[in-house]
Amino acid sequence: MFQSTELNRRNHSVQKLVSILFGVVTCLLIVPVLTIMTVLVYKGGPNISFEFLFSAPTNGMTAGGIFPALLGTILLVVVALIFSVPLGVATAVYLSEYASDTWLTRLINLAIINLAGVPSIVHALFGLGAFVIFAGFGTSILAASLTLGIMTLPVVIVATRESLQAVPPEFRMACWGMGATRWQTIRKVVLPNAMSGILTGVILEVSRTAGETAPIMFTGAAFFLPFLPQGILDQTMAMSLHLFVVSTQVPGVPETLPYSVALVLVSLVLIMNAASIILRAYVRGQKKW
Amino acid sequence: MVGAAIELLVQDLTIRYDNDIALRVDKLEIRKNEIFGIIGPAGSGKTSFLNAINRMDEFNDSMNVQGSINFGGLEVSRVKNVYALRKKIGVVFPLPVGLPLSIYENVALSPRLSGVKDKTKLDEIVERCLIRAALWEEVKDRLHQLGSLLSGGQQQRLTIARALSQEPKLLLLDEFSIAVDPVTTMRIEDVLKELKKEMTVVLVTNLVQQVRRLSERTAFFLNGELVEVGETEDFFTGVVEDQRTRDYVEGRFG
Amino acid sequence: MNSDKNILVSQDLDVKDSAWYWDKFFQILMFISGVSAIFLIVSIFFFITKEGFSFFFESFSFREFFLSSAWRPTSLSNPTHGILALAIGTASVTGFAMLLAVPFSLCAAIFISEFASGRVREILKVLIELLAAIPSVVWGFIGLSIMNPLIIDLFDVPVGLGILNSGIILGLMAAPIMTTIAEDALKAVPDHYREAAEALGATKWQVTFKVVLPAAKNGLVAAILLGVGRGFGETMAVLMTSGHSINLPTSPFDSVRALTATIAAELGETAVGSEHYKALFTLGILLFLVTFAINLIADIVVKGNKRH
Repeated sequence: MFQSTELNRRNHSVQKLVSILFGVVTCLLIVPVLTIMTVLVYKGGPNISFEFLFSAPTNGMTAGGIFPALLGTILLVVVALIFSVPLGVATAVYLSEYASDTWLTRLINLAIINLAGVPSIVHALFGLGAFVIFAGFGTSILAASLTLGIMTLPVVIVATRESLQAVPPEFRMACWGMGATRWQTIRKVVLPNAMSGILTGVILEVSRTAGETAPIMFTGAAFFLPFLPQGILDQTMAMSLHLFVVSTQVPGVPETLPYSVALVLVSLVLIMNAASIILRAYVRGQKKW
Repeated sequence: MVGAAIELLVQDLTIRYDNDIALRVDKLEIRKNEIFGIIGPAGSGKTSFLNAINRMDEFNDSMNVQGSINFGGLEVSRVKNVYALRKKIGVVFPLPVGLPLSIYENVALSPRLSGVKDKTKLDEIVERCLIRAALWEEVKDRLHQLGSLLSGGQQQRLTIARALSQEPKLLLLDEFSIAVDPVTTMRIEDVLKELKKEMTVVLVTNLVQQVRRLSERTAFFLNGELVEVGETEDFFTGVVEDQRTRDYVEGRFG
Repeated sequence: MNSDKNILVSQDLDVKDSAWYWDKFFQILMFISGVSAIFLIVSIFFFITKEGFSFFFESFSFREFFLSSAWRPTSLSNPTHGILALAIGTASVTGFAMLLAVPFSLCAAIFISEFASGRVREILKVLIELLAAIPSVVWGFIGLSIMNPLIIDLFDVPVGLGILNSGIILGLMAAPIMTTIAEDALKAVPDHYREAAEALGATKWQVTFKVVLPAAKNGLVAAILLGVGRGFGETMAVLMTSGHSINLPTSPFDSVRALTATIAAELGETAVGSEHYKALFTLGILLFLVTFAINLIADIVVKGNKRH
């Protein structure tokens, strides 16, 4: 009864063509990067060993391992999280559970968008002016971590707010109706059910923080240190800056060394990201109501 | 019945959302230990009335309550600890809400928030409330499963058990049977008949026959107005003053 | 009898217990945390201004700053602070990156949102998300060690670091973010728009171009704006791939220097409080204001979309 008309058939083939075309373009976006990753693995992979990960650079950073940088990155991330996770979660709780739609809320949202949007080098200038000089922390892990923490604060805020808003409002109404205070409701019902979403955000923040370079260049990360940091007021080496240094600043570095550093850094970041994606998928699959 | 103690006295109440009036009540008395029915079509202001009683308006910026609601001799708008007020008032919403906690924790939550820590005491409260809500037999072997995954009818009884755990003086039910099967509805109705010995029950419903089965006195709300209050039986024997009440009860609109 | 009981109740309800006070405490704490975001952004502006402000009174000349291409802050005899070449460097790299990234990421967003289905869509979204996670210093390294020899070989030029290299790297960096935001904008178009158009017999691509794209217009513009902001503010990758020499470029193979990269490269060598140091902070103020403006406009554009 329905015959495909000439027009219909033409439309159909155009649609197919458009679909294929767009698919190809999407792949063009991804393929180069996969190629690049392959090159990183191919050139940097063979050099990576237990010793490479757990020994210090030698011979003016042209040989040896990356341990001080690896440890430094971990320290920077941990200190940044200690500061930014509580603040970020609290900010998200305020926005999701307390704030109503006022000019102040809009201003806070604008501030968060800008915290995320301001160039990393501007965060670096801020860290230098505020923490290194004004607060007197000097170039230190503390100053660098605070700078990183502020810069990645929006990641935690956005992830937490999303997971808080995914908790159905009826649960809050039910709790309030029982005479629970807002805080009791948040602590007993809202936060526990948003926890995995918050964790996703935190892992994402770890991955962001670990990869940043510019904000720590002038606030706490050193090109090279002959010893490991003893406390949070010491300087430290870091993976991201180490990659910059061995690939641009040091003459006579063997060709594969920067590839290995890059591979370790990328793996660190991507594993964290993948973990956060898997956790998110797992949480979505879990039925709690 | 005459001279019975008054639990809730409402005078000159006006509820607004922004500038729209949702409900106006000149005077309404609800007596101690009665089941008081409120009927009326959707949008007549029934739910707003319940929200005003336990001051849920504080969670809705656009909602504004004026006038006097006197609960147990106390003006609710002047209560200093609104959370203590809400503990005295149990609420059951139209759609059952099992919190995403275990069945046990659903019922133990309110006592815990009030500071009860003793395990045997909590066990006792949970068991008593679940029994009174006619849910104990079905769940006693799986108290640690999620309450939010029970069937709708079970969740609604869980909600009632939770309300009972507050040891309320006043129980507000907002169209509790809307998402519940008829058998569960009958069971809950039996529960309510028992409960009124201990507390006052306000039953908002759009099922006219439900108030006939349960309540002594009934109010009819229409378009934000209290049309009529009286003995429930009068609504069904035609001894009501307003033609609109008669039409509604007989199912001519609504 | 009854009144006694009632009095008991009323006293009970007027007692502010510990739960009441804890609630107030946390309400205040959460409020302070919420407002801290505003405090932080204001302090960023305050501190970079504090460090750079006096530059305006000492060595700042509007003419020189914006119209001269001579950035010679370390010259002993005659230091100059013209940012024209740096601004053009930033603009050319960002512009080139957008030339690549805008069409690619819009197409990718359309494909993911409108054409791909189920598993393919999920895999693509995950891949795009992972792309966005690669740190900028790694992108810089890729430009330096993989793109650079590639460009030298392909185009037979002496140096492969310049607008082309930087633009491609920046484009690859900005594309995943733009794709994600654009896809969100497309997804926000209600399904009944599509269904209504399909019911009239329109094909999928007609629906996409005639109905979905116009409806998502503002979100797409915001995606592009945020991509521009990202490119404009990118530091490490540009520093490592642009060649970093002050230049008014005439071809895509020319080496340029960007505003952000200048700060990153020179700040370490300046003395705190020196004229050069202040000049770099002044660049920071400029970067802050421009990205603030871009984000603000993007936000307003998106809000306009929602109201619609």
